[in-house]
Amino acid sequence: MPFKGLDAEQIDLLKAITGRTEFDEGSAYNLRLNGQGVARSVTENINIVPKTDAPGIDIYIKAGTKNETVHIPVLLSQSGLKETVFNDFHIGDDAVVTIVAGCGINNHGHGDSEHSGIHSFYIGKNAKVKYVEKHYGVGNAGKKVMNPTTYCELGEGSYMEMDTVQISGVDDTSRKTTAVVGRDAKIVVKEKILTDGDQKARTEFSVDLNGENSGAHLVSRSVAKENSSQLFVSDIRGNAPSNGHSECDAIVMDNGRVVAEPRLSANNIDAALIHEAAIGKIAGEQIIKLMTLGLTEKEAEEQIINGFLK
Amino acid sequence: MIEFRNVSYTSEDGNDIIKDVSFKFSERFVVITGPNGSGKSTVARLIAGIIKPTSGRIFIDDKDITDLSVTERAQEGISYGFQQPVRFKGLTVKDLLSLASGQKLTTAEACTLLSKVGLCARDYVGREANASLSGGELKRIEIAMIMARNTRISVFDEPEAGIDLWSFNNLINVFKELHENTQGTIIIISHQERILKLADRIIVIANGVVTADGEGSKLYKEIQTPGCVYYRKGE
Repeated sequence: MPFKGLDAEQIDLLKAITGRTEFDEGSAYNLRLNGQGVARSVTENINIVPKTDAPGIDIYIKAGTKNETVHIPVLLSQSGLKETVFNDFHIGDDAVVTIVAGCGINNHGHGDSEHSGIHSFYIGKNAKVKYVEKHYGVGNAGKKVMNPTTYCELGEGSYMEMDTVQISGVDDTSRKTTAVVGRDAKIVVKEKILTDGDQKARTEFSVDLNGENSGAHLVSRSVAKENSSQLFVSDIRGNAPSNGHSECDAIVMDNGRVVAEPRLSANNIDAALIHEAAIGKIAGEQIIKLMTLGLTEKEAEEQIINGFLK
Repeated sequence: MIEFRNVSYTSEDGNDIIKDVSFKFSERFVVITGPNGSGKSTVARLIAGIIKPTSGRIFIDDKDITDLSVTERAQEGISYGFQQPVRFKGLTVKDLLSLASGQKLTTAEACTLLSKVGLCARDYVGREANASLSGGELKRIEIAMIMARNTRISVFDEPEAGIDLWSFNNLINVFKELHENTQGTIIIISHQERILKLADRIIVIANGVVTADGEGSKLYKEIQTPGCVYYRKGE
């Protein structure tokens, strides 16, 4: 049902990061607005408990939960508000769950608004988690800053997929993702970032493949326009017989800059690690091809970027 | 009708690729052939507007298109199939077919187009048109894109390059069908005997000049003669 008390701009923010303006009745969610939890709903299998010693929540997914979704959006519309929030996810064995997070900042004032989400995932045996996170900013005065830090501990046979998107309006971001992957477990991270203006984005992945037959697959696709800059750092350590792969594809436009710093450490003879990076401008032949279909140069460029970040 | 009127093209490094070429045709299936490096593909690129003549003018149905951009020429009804198809990260085969047809295609519509070029459609519609597809697959998708556009002039630059024999047989059938069922003009840059055989008209280019230009069935036989003089005339 629609949330009471949200103004039109806040509803727009919610829609931008979750694709919806309300959540299904009887579903699990926690809405945080301007530093306060303002709406919460739990289910038989998903419990959300506010922390007592720090801002944030603990989310408990019961073992064996099947195909449930929990939404935990954060909205900041109060200019100058800076917050650090600690959210811990306790995923029971064999659970299959989708977690939709995300942060939207609407900053029309002159103060900088900042949200730092510290997320920790403790994933039980054979559990499967899909984590979706979208960051979005709007407003031209004060800065919109988001610094997500994510720690993932994957138990035996578990699987985690992280889809993170930042495509508009975030002036400064520093994203750190750390994962410790157990036996037969796998983490997949798909990141999409678009920066423009003077925006800066830094993403760091640090993965320890500790369990036998563990795996990691990190894919970053990004576009840096105008005077923006990005740094992609990945560090995968194969400490056991394991497979690790990281891929950084970036398009630079105008005066945009992208730096990729991959690091692979094979600490076990049976660790197989790969890194791929491709950074460059849009290939001229791609633009020409789409122009031969009747698109203008600008339309061709938009199609290529939209497809790249799709 | 397409007309080249005294068209020359000199590359950036000063090589005269096309030298004072003139031709005019209104046949529906025209093959431009000639030895490697003769300037055939340059003619195709000049028609599509990817490069502009150093001198001379190009007309379509008596309209001077020489100064039109690639986009404007596409909007005028010219399609161009690349010799080396372009790969796109992120854009799917269906996306490209939709862009080509100018409307968002349904999966069924995209499948129909792909089936015409011999691709088992459901396997391809949702795939990215990237390095995971072979050169032959991309080539057939390229041809499907041109079919999706259904424009009055379709230019194919060596469509047979990089595809296997089975696909080539299929390609010949596609061109036969296009010849029979479309009203537009098809221009193919090719060396291939079986494509030359389909031509209503053949233009031979050697060393940047037109060395022969005539009815397809007649010129085809002459070209097959060992040491064909038309391939050497421009030297």
